[in-house]
Amino acid sequence: MSSFPIEGVPPGRPSAETRWRSLVGNDRSDRVYRNVLTGLALALPALILIILGVLFMGALPALKRFGPSFIWTSTWDPVAEVYGAAPMIFGTLASSFLALLIAVPLALSVAIFLTEFSPRWLRQPVGFVIELLAAIPSVVYGTWGIFVLIPFLRAHVVPPLKAVLGWTPFFHGVFYGNSLLAGGIILAIMIVPYIAAVSREVLLAVPGSQREAALAMGATRWEAVRSAVLPYGRAGLIGAVILGLGRALGETMAVTMVIGNRHDIGVSVFQPAYTMAAAIANEFSEATTHLYLSALFEVGLILFVLTVVVNAIARILIWRVARGQAVGSQAL
Amino acid sequence: MSTRALRRHITSRIMTGLVIVLSFTAVLALFLILGNLIIKGASSLDWAFFTKSPVPAGQSGGGVANAIVGTGIVVGLAAIIGVPLGVGAGMYLAEYGSGRLGWLVRFIADVLNGTPSIVIGIVGWTFIVRPTSRFSAVAGAVALAILMIPMLARTTEEMVRLVPHSLREAALALGYPRWRTSLKIVARTALGGIVTGSLVGIARVAGETAPLLFTALGNLNFSVHITQPIQTLSLQIYVYATGPFEEWHRLAWASALVLMGLVLIISLVARWVTRQRYGRIR
Repeated sequence: MSSFPIEGVPPGRPSAETRWRSLVGNDRSDRVYRNVLTGLALALPALILIILGVLFMGALPALKRFGPSFIWTSTWDPVAEVYGAAPMIFGTLASSFLALLIAVPLALSVAIFLTEFSPRWLRQPVGFVIELLAAIPSVVYGTWGIFVLIPFLRAHVVPPLKAVLGWTPFFHGVFYGNSLLAGGIILAIMIVPYIAAVSREVLLAVPGSQREAALAMGATRWEAVRSAVLPYGRAGLIGAVILGLGRALGETMAVTMVIGNRHDIGVSVFQPAYTMAAAIANEFSEATTHLYLSALFEVGLILFVLTVVVNAIARILIWRVARGQAVGSQAL
Repeated sequence: MSTRALRRHITSRIMTGLVIVLSFTAVLALFLILGNLIIKGASSLDWAFFTKSPVPAGQSGGGVANAIVGTGIVVGLAAIIGVPLGVGAGMYLAEYGSGRLGWLVRFIADVLNGTPSIVIGIVGWTFIVRPTSRFSAVAGAVALAILMIPMLARTTEEMVRLVPHSLREAALALGYPRWRTSLKIVARTALGGIVTGSLVGIARVAGETAPLLFTALGNLNFSVHITQPIQTLSLQIYVYATGPFEEWHRLAWASALVLMGLVLIISLVARWVTRQRYGRIR
């Protein structure tokens, strides 16, 4: 029983043993391949640990010196070597909150429009424009903010705001140009595409039967959206908003360029403020003493842990709706 | 129609109108920004802008040739480091990522995608700048590569998952080992998509500034040395836009237009290529 020479098959038939191994994936080269890929994939968990380790080690002197009071101390004095991050933490939270206030209605509208109301031919162009917004570099947003947004706010937005709401503490005092308001608006424009893209995916995952059932019960189009579509996707939509929050918290350049960079806590949106990311961007390469640098590391550590937690919550919420599909990752 | 039904229909109309108005407000933002960029930037674009290095502050003229070349060098280095790692991790997720480790890696990639890029700058500074006591193009490239990895892992995974299972089964049925099936059949088929994903990732980091502030640092002179501080377009825009001179502001707009054009062209080409190959994804 000699073997026929078959073209393309190397001489020397593999033994039954090796053929079996290759079929069940126990082949040595298969194992090597799998191990190499696993090694590359493990780079990601390693990365997050490395980042955490770097920040923690760098922050150690400041952590030892100031303890938890770092978070609520509002002095930042490199001469006296006293550091507290309260103004930056406040500014980060305040500007992000302001951004969400503006961005959420806009982004959810885009998502609802694209999935529920838009004529078919309009879906792709509008979706595309939103994707392009996400591609604009942060520093370009910042440049636009300095030369276009702030003069516009000064001329056309602040005077009426002041006339109507000037009596509240939030719109009190002189408009500085570089301010919490400018930072919040720039951030809002920047996070709209992220929230919109993920919300759209979430709404697309809502089964058509939900809408049909509501409409069949006599609901109007809006009632169908409000009572059947939005509640179904609620977890995912909240996830999308939290994802936007994560972006806003860590956004650096555009905010640094327009928020005023002053270590101050004030409730008026017309006043300059500071964010954690902006402080690192401005002061890191100028930090002259060991402790100063360490304080900035600690700011980085707080920012990193905060964004990781926020992002993790967002992902879990989104995954719950989309069951592990890569929702929205095209936009990210 | 009863009053109640009428009210419901009017509410529906109003809310629909509101949603449409708000959507177009969001879309308007892009046109405003692009319009300003083109109007304010295009007038400053000339031959000197692309071929000359900056002149001392306060003088007029000069260009950003050093920044354009610098961007190419830093981003190119970042791609050399980041693309293999990111694509490899993505291949793992697509091929073996159904288990617990796959879930963890996927989750961490998504979380890292939202990490502030300034923090990655600190990591680059700690590992490259501090030991060598010198700001350098390499340090900037490492920071950008770290940003790229989670992004590429996820896009690669998505692209590889688009490959039909029948192809893989056919190859295995012919007795191809798994690793060859994975590389020669699956990855080869998804190659267009992987290249697209890599280009989008590269375009995204090309616009990054924050991680370069204290790694690549910036350089007012023409430099191609990867162990020296180097200028990039994004750093140049930051310095010029926040500086005091009219001339700088003009150059900032022009540089912003060039950077934006670069990022947009890469992303558009990438998207166009994907659409050609696979039709509309999802």
